[in-house]
Amino acid sequence: MPAPALVLAIVAVAFFALPLVGLIWRAPWSNAWTYLTADTALTALRLSMATSLCATALSIVFGVPLAWLLARVEFPGRGAVRALCLLSMVLPPVVGGVALFFALGRRGLVGQYLDQWFDITLPFTTAGVVVAQTFVAMPFLVITVEAALRQLDPRLEDASRTLGASRWYTYRRVTLPAIRPALTAGAVLAWARALGEFGATITFAGNFPGTTQTMPLAVYLSLETNPEEAIVLALLMIAISFTVLVGLRDRWFGAVGRPVQVAA
Amino acid sequence: MLVVSCGSSGTSDAPSADATVTVFAAASLTAAFTELGDAFTAENPGVGVTLNFAGSSDLVAQITEGAPVDVFASADLANMAELTDAGLDGDDPVLFATNLAEIIVEPGNPTGITGVADLADDDLVVVQCAPEVPCGSYAEQIFANAGVVVTPSSFEENVKAVVTKVLLGEADAGIVYRTDLIAAGADADGVTIGDDVNVVAEYPIVSIAGAPNPDGARTFIEFVLSPAGQEILASYGFGSP
Repeated sequence: MPAPALVLAIVAVAFFALPLVGLIWRAPWSNAWTYLTADTALTALRLSMATSLCATALSIVFGVPLAWLLARVEFPGRGAVRALCLLSMVLPPVVGGVALFFALGRRGLVGQYLDQWFDITLPFTTAGVVVAQTFVAMPFLVITVEAALRQLDPRLEDASRTLGASRWYTYRRVTLPAIRPALTAGAVLAWARALGEFGATITFAGNFPGTTQTMPLAVYLSLETNPEEAIVLALLMIAISFTVLVGLRDRWFGAVGRPVQVAA
Repeated sequence: MLVVSCGSSGTSDAPSADATVTVFAAASLTAAFTELGDAFTAENPGVGVTLNFAGSSDLVAQITEGAPVDVFASADLANMAELTDAGLDGDDPVLFATNLAEIIVEPGNPTGITGVADLADDDLVVVQCAPEVPCGSYAEQIFANAGVVVTPSSFEENVKAVVTKVLLGEADAGIVYRTDLIAAGADADGVTIGDDVNVVAEYPIVSIAGAPNPDGARTFIEFVLSPAGQEILASYGFGSP
């Protein structure tokens, strides 16, 4: 690695590490256990775990077919559809939350019928949290999986098909295993995004302990009155995400964007 | 247009012609202080006002971390106390405005809410600020004063979020400030909370220790307290202390 590049890379590492060091530096270690085992923290943590995993599951169920559609099916306006599906990555989350109101709220485009016909209202419910998280998290899975599908040598699937495998069998036994590293990476990115989601959640689902108050919301509100507690809760979130991201080994990320090697 | 020189001369005693007053003000003061800033500049030609609006606690944090500020206007006494406890007050804080809580409902009050007691109805979607922020602690005091138990659907992070929920029709009612209702205009209606249970929010203002422009800070605070300044605040629904 050339020296100037190395210096820049080290600056980049410091850029990410320093704020974390700052949090650790300011953390009230002697009271940490009290804050972590407080009811608010545990309730918020449990809710965050449950909702972010649901959001990840939904992202996989809908996101993989969507990635497939974008990578493999030629249709007019494909670029526009892709942009549309990735829009929530650049949309300020609070705006995303308001947009969800217009679509799925009590007076929303679709939401009013959910309310009238099925008596379902999403705002201020745990389901609303999952919807908000899925809205912002799914694109991370979609772009990762789409990139892998594009890099995948189509001849592998062609070979499977010419050998008599059905479309579904080929998908399950050839395509999915080949993109599994990307799928895992995408799912973890989506999960991490869902776990940290704040703006769309507090806007669309509101903030009520046990129902919609996820960790980021609890952290934000405790910042108002008890910054010490906020720092401890934030560090807990960071520790959880860090553990998972470290678990995502280099080879998984390495596989994304490069031709996938299929063992003979 | 006046072209202002960038040179620094250390000989001015009156507010210098090329000065700027930097004011950090609570988010609920956004509209009123924007107009106050313009009126101040009109009265003191050449003295610009730079405004920064955020939640009072965020502002205190920014000032504590060393933001170069001349004036701080808080939405409550607690955050002002944080600042004075840190020894950052250049002068004693003075009250410059008051605000009252009110119930915000949809235009025409379709659910027929007449007072705080009606909010206890579980069929109503009621939102309030989180107890961690001033408007939330006021709401809790009001419910306690009225002796009603209200189960809100959400504890919003600030008062504007409460307004938004009602404007969008997602909530039937919320506790906000009178000034928010005046800002919402025809998009929402207000139901007055009786004086016997209501609380008065008090807004203090202070100059900051080590302010880059202490003269400007003093002049600005005097202007806010002057009849002209108070008239502007009143037009946005604030009361005089």
